[in-house]
Parts: sequence; structure tokens; C-alpha cells
Amino acid sequence: MNKIGLIIRREYLTRVRKKSFIIMSIVGPLLFALVFVIPIWLASGEGDEKVIEILDESGFFRGKFDGVGSVSFTYLDNTVEEAKEDLASKNSYGLLYIPRLDLDDPKGITFFAEKNPSIEVQASLERLLKNEIEEIKLNESGIDKEKLDKIKTTVNLNVINITEKGEKEGDVTVATITGYASALLIYFFIFMYGVQTLRGVIEEKTSRIVEIIISSVKPFQLMMGKIIGIGAVGLTQLILWVVLTLMIQQAALAFYNIDISKAKQVEITQGVQATQETDATVPEIFEKLKTINFPLLLGTFLFYFISAYLFYGALFAAVGSAVDNDSDAQQFQLPITLPLIFSIMLLAAILRDPHGNLAFWTSIIPFTSPVVMMMRIPFDPPVWHIVLSMVCMVAGFIVSTWFAGRIYRIGILMHGAKVNYKILAKWFMMRN
Amino acid sequence: MNILTADNIHKSYGDFKALNDINLIIPEGSIFGLLGPNGAGKTTLIRIITQIIAADQGSVMIKNEPLNVNHIRKIGYLPEERGLYKKMKVGEHLLYLAQLKGLSKNVAMERIKVWFKKFEIAEWWGKKVEDLSKGMQQKVQFIATIIHNPELIILDEPFSGFDPINVNIIKDEILNLAKNGSTIIFSTHRMESVEELCDHIALINKSELILEGSKKTIKEDYKTNTFVVAHKNLIEEIEDGFQIQSQDQIEDGFYKTSIKILNGKGPNELLKNLIDKVEVHSFIEKIPSMNEIFISTVQGGDHE
Repeated sequence: MNKIGLIIRREYLTRVRKKSFIIMSIVGPLLFALVFVIPIWLASGEGDEKVIEILDESGFFRGKFDGVGSVSFTYLDNTVEEAKEDLASKNSYGLLYIPRLDLDDPKGITFFAEKNPSIEVQASLERLLKNEIEEIKLNESGIDKEKLDKIKTTVNLNVINITEKGEKEGDVTVATITGYASALLIYFFIFMYGVQTLRGVIEEKTSRIVEIIISSVKPFQLMMGKIIGIGAVGLTQLILWVVLTLMIQQAALAFYNIDISKAKQVEITQGVQATQETDATVPEIFEKLKTINFPLLLGTFLFYFISAYLFYGALFAAVGSAVDNDSDAQQFQLPITLPLIFSIMLLAAILRDPHGNLAFWTSIIPFTSPVVMMMRIPFDPPVWHIVLSMVCMVAGFIVSTWFAGRIYRIGILMHGAKVNYKILAKWFMMRN
Repeated sequence: MNILTADNIHKSYGDFKALNDINLIIPEGSIFGLLGPNGAGKTTLIRIITQIIAADQGSVMIKNEPLNVNHIRKIGYLPEERGLYKKMKVGEHLLYLAQLKGLSKNVAMERIKVWFKKFEIAEWWGKKVEDLSKGMQQKVQFIATIIHNPELIILDEPFSGFDPINVNIIKDEILNLAKNGSTIIFSTHRMESVEELCDHIALINKSELILEGSKKTIKEDYKTNTFVVAHKNLIEEIEDGFQIQSQDQIEDGFYKTSIKILNGKGPNELLKNLIDKVEVHSFIEKIPSMNEIFISTVQGGDHE
């Protein structure tokens, strides 16, 4: 078997067999699935029934509140003191006390409870009261509520992208989420597996195996074998995550017999923003997801995932070769991680103008392009931007592996040397 | 035939000259001692031979063929800085290293098993390297060095860190390998093992080759025509042509004296001369040990 192949195989198998890899592969999807399933499950009404008692001395709100989500209301007629005393013995969530009110300056409304109410409950109570008071005020000022409702307008901008293939419906929200998700995923994986490469090289150095290995293979082969092997582990992890997440999510949904459309209720219980919520419901979002060019997204994602890893992995390997332990690695890691962190910080600006100058240049330069380009892809950048960016990326990782290889071949043989940038430059210039 | 010829080798690291004009001839089947103090350039020379680094100038020939990729299979190298992947299992680890040397999986398996039997370590196969003691790990490293039956075996300070029992096991194996036709380059600054094992020697000091040849000729060259005599009663004076270098009392009335023969005369004349004076108990030519040669040449170099 080819020697690089042997090295890749070892790097891959030793990592994939590790307990930490197996645990990560299972726990990761479980977490993702939970994030998705739990709110739906909560919203499906299986959660705790909360009963809130209302003591309304003002008389404005009697019988006006219906239950919301898992919260229901009962009305009391006794005095505040009695109600407060009873609260402990009853099983209710809390007592909402509304004194006689001046509607222009409603003060003194109090919520009594044994425990602090959740922020959701508090927000939805505030909203209910506010809406009710506003309605009463409207009536008093003689404005017909129906008329007002007619005046209120919701506008949803239908975004149509005009492309050579014809018109296509677009949606900014969905594009934003998709862009963020894929950009972050790439960022996260470069970091995680880049650092693994660095650790792997340091391990070979400190365990002193490296000279034994490079008497049989070229340092460059060892470095490439390691980078590719660890990259393959990252890819495996990613695929496992995607597949397992989908499986767990489907299984959970089937188990609780939850219809996706019920997810609409999520918005209601998450009442904090419900008042200014967009009108997009979950099913509509699913509908709009279809407007994204998934083959393009997946294809570019895989390309940038692999090429970005190769680009940064080589640099991480070079750092690993130059130092003797993790703590020495810190100072050299910084210049590598800075452009990555910078590109994440750029995302908000890219979002504001996905096809502007900043977006263009940062998606061409290999240091930032993987993250930035993934943010841009859902917004349909011109094809030549993508092609140019990819060409630069390929050139980028060829240069970076060449650069890293020159440092690596010297670095791995140096033990206990105090390394600084000047010395790295010297190694780089050294003849073989 | 010579297995290795190095011609005019130069190597610099930046401003530092690591090797300066090294010329070496290593005869096939010899146990060749590459000697020198720490930092003399031994490891650099070895790294050039093992193609880990390239020389700036000069050529290395293996069996009259310029050094190339195919030679990697023919060389077994045990570096001074050596270790193993701690988390790997011993069997898999050896298999991996053997395959990197170009052995097929089946051949590698068979050979590993033979060595495991020889060293009586068959039960280690599934053990993790980190669970082995240092001596055990060194046995594994030694197996890894010779698993592909190399023609040229390079051992850089092979005994550093070994316990005496393992040193003997490995020494026996080295002699065995030499008997079976392998050439062994043995880099060290520990002279007792050189004395015992090597038949050829090169001494490198401060990047330069200062001594090279068979152990016998070198010792011959460094003989000072001095004899150590044990005798009864003090030698008070000696004739011209001989020189007493030291005279120490060992026991009551017994002395040990070093006498140098200055010119023309032979040991028999010295002996005759002595018999007239004292009762001679032993008469031995003083042959310099490798250690003495090493120290005198290295220090001689310092005085220049």
C-alpha cells in the first residue's frame, strides 16, 4: 500500500475508534435534535398546566382573558389578603392582582407567586393587559376597533430573484439562517480539527516517534497523511451528525405524533416577541427552504469544508511542528485564528450587503473566503464570484501546504529550541 | 566491498557548519563505530545517510549507487530521540512501522511473530505502548528497526536508557545481525561498548572527521611503546633509551612502573635490563583504550 495511504489510515482509525469521537458523534445529534424537538414538544400541550388566579378590583378585565397555551385563568371575588393567604394552600401558579386603575396611568398591578414567574408568563400577562387597556381606551376615544384593524397593515415583501433561469422566489430570513448555519459550521470544524492536527503533530514530536517515521517516509508525506486523515475524521463526524440528527428528529416527531404545523404554537408560548413576530409560520419556512438551491449549497459547503480545512490544517500542522507543547503553540496559533474570528465578525456586515465590495473581497481571499462565501451562497452571488473564490481557495491551500511543509520538515526535528518568528523564517528559507 | 562511501560531505544550518568535508568508507559486514562528543555532527551525518535531510555538498554512495529512495528499505535506523505512539497497541504499531518500510502485511505479521517469540514477548501484542516499561518499549523499537532485514543498520546511542540485561540482549542481537551479513553503524560517545563491539571507527569532532580506520590500526598508531611492569623492589635508575614515566607502590615492596622505550630498542632489551635489577612479576605492553584515544584526540583538537 502507498505510504501516505498507510498514514491516513492510521490517523483515521485511531481517532475514529476513540471513545471521545463516538461520544461526540452521538451526543452532538442528540443535542441538535433536542433543540429542535423540545420546544415543539412543550408547545404540543403536554407541558404543565398553569392556573393563574385573577383578582380584579377594577372590573375592566373580568372574563376577558382566555387561556393561552398551557396557562388558564380563574377569577376570584374575595379580598387581596384572603387571596394571598389562600395562595399557599392552592395549587395555582400565582395571583394577578389588579387594583382600581387609572387607565391613563395603570399602576399597582401585582403578580403574587411563591416562585418567580417565568419570563414568558410575565411577558404574556403584560401583553394581555396592555392589549385590553388599549382596547378600552380605543372604545372610549370613539375609534371603532374594526376600523382600526383595517388600518393596521401587514406587509410581507415577496422577494423575487431574477436570474437567467427565470424568476425565483427568495426569502431573506431563510437565506440568513442557512448562511449563518453553514458559515458557523465551517468555522467550528476548522477550529476543532485544526487544533487536532496541531495536537497530533505535537504528540508525534514529544513522543519522539517522528524521527522513526521520517526515516521511512518524507516529512511532507507524514504531514499530508496526518492532515488528510484528520480531515476525513471531521468529514465522518459531520456526516454522522447530519444523518443521526435527521434520524433522531424524525423518530422523536413520530413518537410524540407531532405534526410540524403544530410548531406554530411555539411562537405563541414564546410570547416575548410574539407581538412583533413575523407572520411566517414554521410550515411556511419549510416551504421557503425549498427556494434555496440545495445542490449548490451542499456542493459549495463540501468544497469549502474540505479546502478550508486543508488550508488551515496545514498551517496548524506547521505550528505544531515548531513547538514542544500546547502552551508554546498559543502564540503562533493566534495569527492563524485571527482571520477566522475576523471572518465571523464580518458576517453581520456581509449580511447587510451580501454582494458589496467587502463581501466580494473577503470571499475571494482564502483566509476569510470559506466562512464568508458560505454566508453569501444562499443570497445567490454571481457564478464568477464563486468560481474565482474557489480557484483562489485551491491556490491558497497549495501555497499554505507548501509553506507549512517547509517549516514542518525542519521543525519536527528540533527539540527544546526557543522558537520565534525570525527562526521560523530561517527554517522556511533553509535548503533541504 | 564497501557498503557506504561518503565523499566530501558538507552541511550547514544557517551560519553553523554542522559537517565539514567528511569522507568515510564503511566496509560491508563491519560494525562501524561513529564516535564523537555531543554536538559533533554524528546525528547530522546519520540523517543525511537516512535521507531525512540532504547534504549541501558531496555525495553518499550505497554499494556504489548514489543515495536514492530505494535505499530507505535497505536501511534500518534507530534514532537517539526515539519513541512510539503511546496509545497504539504494540502489535499494530510494529505492523504499521513495518508496512511503512514497505513490507506487505502478511510478511510483516510473520516477522513480528518471530521476533516476539525470540524476545519472549508474545503476550504483548494487544497491550498499549503506554503500559509497557521503558525497557520493553526499547525492545519494540529495536524490532521496528530491523524488522525489514536491512543491509545497513544505524543505531544512534542504542544503549542510552537501557538496563544492563537489555543491553546484553541487544548486544547479542547486534553481533548476530553482523554475523549474518548486515553492516552496523553504531553511533555513541560511550567507549566501553565501542571497545567491545566495533571493528572500524570514525571519530568526528567539531564537524570534522579527525580519525578513521580499523580499530586495530588505530590502536597500533596510538601505541606509545610503553610497557607496564609489576615488580618487587624499587627501580632506582634505568639506562639511557628507557624512561620511567611513573612508579607506584601497590603493596609492601611491590611496584607498578610504566616505562617508555625511547628509540631503537625492543621490549626484550628492556626486560633483560629489568631482570638484572628487580624481580619481574608481569610485563605488559600498554595498549591505549579507545577512551584514551578519544580523549587525547578530542582534546588535541581543542588545543589547535
